[in-house]
Amino acid sequence: MTYQPQEDFGTPQSRALETVRLTIDGREVTVAAGSSVLRAAAEQGTSIPKLCATDSMKSFGSCRLCLVEIEGRKGTPASCTTPVEPGMIVRTQTPLLQKLRKGVMELYISDHPLDCLTCAANGDCELQDQAGAVGLRDVRYDVASTHLEQEKDHSNPYFDFDPSKCIACSRCIRACDEVQGTLALTMEGRGWDSKISAGFASDNFLGSECVSCGACVQACPTATLIEKKVVEVGTPERAVVTTCAYCGVGCTFRAEMRGEQLVRMVPYKDGKANRGHSCVKGRFAWGYAQHQDRVLKPMIRASINDPWREVEWDEAFAYTASELKRISEKYGKHALGGITSSRCTNEETFLVQKLVRAGFGNNNVDTCARVCHSPTGYGLKTTFGTSAGTQDFDSVEDSDVILIIGANPTDGHPVFASRMKRRLRGQDGRPPAKLIVIDPRRTDIVRSPHIEAEHHLPLRPGTNVAVLTAMAHVIVTEGLADEEFIRERCDWDEYSHWAEFVSLPRNSPENLQPVTLVDAQELRAAARLYATGGNGAIYYGLGVTEHSQGSSTVMAIANLAMATGNIGRRGVGVNPLRGQNNVQGACDMGSFPHELSGYRHISDGDARAMFEVDWGVSLDPEPGLRIPNMLDAAVDGVFKALYVQGEDILHSDPNTKHVSAGLAAMECVIVHDLFLNETANYAHIFLPGSTFLEKNGTFTNAERRIQPVRKVMTPMNGLEDWEVTQRLAQAIGLDWNYSHPSEIMDEIARLTPTFAGVSFDRLDEVGSLQWPVTADAPDGSPIMHVDGFVRGKGKFVVTDYVPTDEKTGPRFPLLLTTGRILSHYNVGAQTRRTENVVWHPEDLLEIHPVDAEDRGIKSGDWVKLASRAGETTLRATVTDRVAPGVVYTTFHHAVTQANVVTTDYSDWATNCPEYKVTAVQISASNGPTDWQEEYEALSEKARRIATQAPAE
Amino acid sequence: MNTVERLVYMANQIAVNLATDDDPVTAIANHIDLFWDPRMKKLIREYQGDGLSPDATAAINLLAETQNAA
Repeated sequence: MTYQPQEDFGTPQSRALETVRLTIDGREVTVAAGSSVLRAAAEQGTSIPKLCATDSMKSFGSCRLCLVEIEGRKGTPASCTTPVEPGMIVRTQTPLLQKLRKGVMELYISDHPLDCLTCAANGDCELQDQAGAVGLRDVRYDVASTHLEQEKDHSNPYFDFDPSKCIACSRCIRACDEVQGTLALTMEGRGWDSKISAGFASDNFLGSECVSCGACVQACPTATLIEKKVVEVGTPERAVVTTCAYCGVGCTFRAEMRGEQLVRMVPYKDGKANRGHSCVKGRFAWGYAQHQDRVLKPMIRASINDPWREVEWDEAFAYTASELKRISEKYGKHALGGITSSRCTNEETFLVQKLVRAGFGNNNVDTCARVCHSPTGYGLKTTFGTSAGTQDFDSVEDSDVILIIGANPTDGHPVFASRMKRRLRGQDGRPPAKLIVIDPRRTDIVRSPHIEAEHHLPLRPGTNVAVLTAMAHVIVTEGLADEEFIRERCDWDEYSHWAEFVSLPRNSPENLQPVTLVDAQELRAAARLYATGGNGAIYYGLGVTEHSQGSSTVMAIANLAMATGNIGRRGVGVNPLRGQNNVQGACDMGSFPHELSGYRHISDGDARAMFEVDWGVSLDPEPGLRIPNMLDAAVDGVFKALYVQGEDILHSDPNTKHVSAGLAAMECVIVHDLFLNETANYAHIFLPGSTFLEKNGTFTNAERRIQPVRKVMTPMNGLEDWEVTQRLAQAIGLDWNYSHPSEIMDEIARLTPTFAGVSFDRLDEVGSLQWPVTADAPDGSPIMHVDGFVRGKGKFVVTDYVPTDEKTGPRFPLLLTTGRILSHYNVGAQTRRTENVVWHPEDLLEIHPVDAEDRGIKSGDWVKLASRAGETTLRATVTDRVAPGVVYTTFHHAVTQANVVTTDYSDWATNCPEYKVTAVQISASNGPTDWQEEYEALSEKARRIATQAPAE
Repeated sequence: MNTVERLVYMANQIAVNLATDDDPVTAIANHIDLFWDPRMKKLIREYQGDGLSPDATAAINLLAETQNAA
């Protein structure tokens, strides 16, 4: 299909259920009450000329182009600000309207350059289209006193700002305010001097508060704000709807293409996760896909001390298969394992775990969710009966109280954060939702434009369970529990046991204050607000899971939601914000060593039998090794071969020295990735991977939404990732013959009850589906546990606070907690290979002014960060965002390697590492540590590729 | 920490977190049975040293009994 811009109805859709019937240009139309006349016309297929209106934001009524005549009314009202009324008779084109519009347009164009032919927006410009629509033929005004010839702002790496082309419609300002919620833009000056400004007049876009989400570029009807790539390449000629490969929000995008060249990624208005919004990563940071660092040919080497040797695919598969066979024969089949990727598709992940279970003959398969959301799996399965969030993202629109714990959505999940912020600012005339934030840091959402958390509880890292138990204490002892809900939906005896426990005086906020450092009165007020403030929704992230009591914290959250009846309808629920794009999917697909797809334990004979019949093999009924256990077994000399798809465990997993010791002890490490990542330093076989633009499949986001990923270009490495796994499986003797990922999804659906109704055809038809998709719920399940919990009765679990063994002391007096930043993603393998490094060129250590002064440290100083596990150096930034005694950094840069410092402590139930609590000491430093220097030398050596002898 | 020391640590950690269960010993044994691979189970069953908490010890004995019975 040729390129079509996305449809624009001019003003937002009305939420009203009642309808109104009116006549526009002699044709009757029925629309939702509260719609504008402009929208009613658009829904009918009538395009009223407009410039300042667009359906992603409220009507503004400034451009005076969408004028109409309405029978019985005086004048020519703007259709964007005029609501429909029953029986209204509207005319959109009359001689008077034509004359007025032409006059308005003439004024606009008198102050606009007439360089359409060489303008980057030529053919994709609303101003140009509307000039044509109103029949403008000449401009009579003197163009001397205009605002042309102004300097362009090229500072943002992804888009340009050309004030000369601005028509002052304010769409960019309103997009920043209403859609993104950053409020970075403003109108400077008046009349002819009106100019869009990013902050102060002295600021450019890069230096301003702009977060580069692209909403303003999307909203601009001219070439004023335009993607640099469009300036460079030209306008796109086709568009393919696909799913972003960054965070767990799972935004739907249109990949707008010219041939096989990607011109731009534009958020898709019908995307149910993002509703037409985007962030800097998904919108702009896709340059890594064609980065020169991509390895495009398979490579092998006998030892990690050798340089790599490039080989053809056939040789790579044959060599890999022979190595796996050799190791299996020599050390036994349990010496082999695999790691699936939360960045790869469901289909690819499913195949990797199938390769391990059916091909390697054991259950040694794990996924990077081990190190992020495995406690969510354990905790929600135990309490509710299923390992997933309970809501869709739309649900937040009906929340009255939003409780965020251990999550930093404006950085980690920016598009959902924008939707949340809309609700927190108040929308549709409804009062804003109230906000409670439980976090050791004052994250951006605690206080941002028009948003202020009602309560911020800056707890001591590692005391989540104590804080939540204290909240439960308040709810139960003050009689705020929803006993009717509990009696109907939950096990009353278990509730009583739990209520008795949380009511103990030792669990009161006052008693726990010395442990949690949270003001007891503030905690009491927060608990009362959550219990009584209407629909209460809890959103949480890795600040909950990545602790030695991660699973307990998840269960404590579930307890709170059940105790207050905040489950099973819109606006409430327990919502894990997933880190990577397909964490949910990777978990669903049976990536954990103890369970098959759909969260069925490997010891479940009936479930195992389904797979055994389908795959024609017998499966091991015993659970396999989790990632940390694999590394221990490797150091013990009994685990020898690992296939790692799309993960960089050396960079992302804790205690880097232990990970490297484990990898070094293996005889065959197979890395399947886009780049020679850190793990590849210890690899013997490198299989080049393909990007999300180069393959078909599905991702499942944090709201259980299964969404299509569509191939828009040929894989540069020659094979899609699922094809690589299939060829590897064939090489070790498995009879696999998938010709398309849709066939893999058919197999998943056949073997996984919650996916029974999922197929590529169905997804093409409806866009996306939220599992469970079953005979009872053929269109999926936006909200779970509506009529009762999946497990039957909701289970209250007593979660006693057990302090972590990672303790501060005289040598290591500070607590380090780690996290992420907006412009980077996970280990940074992708985003570090884009212009996003402009915003975050290095990891910084946040330290409180008091702690900094004690150590004589200023912002910008190099400091040594040391723990019991190791030490590294990075630069400090002094800020009161962190509490005294707490320091914070990110883990996006390989040179910093924050995980050299993190420890082996992990969640009691799942071994999810305790990234969020490490006792450290900070001191001034004048250079990299020995480890950093040695590691850099090792990386350089490990990445050598042998040059081919020239052909004679 | 070597592997066995880590398994002892993990067993104790599971025990302390399941201490409030109605039947902690069974809960600990179940947890280990559901999530540990056969080699880890074997190593902890064969562990003769000290350092395991009473509940963890009882759970591992229970696990050994049920596995021998099976």
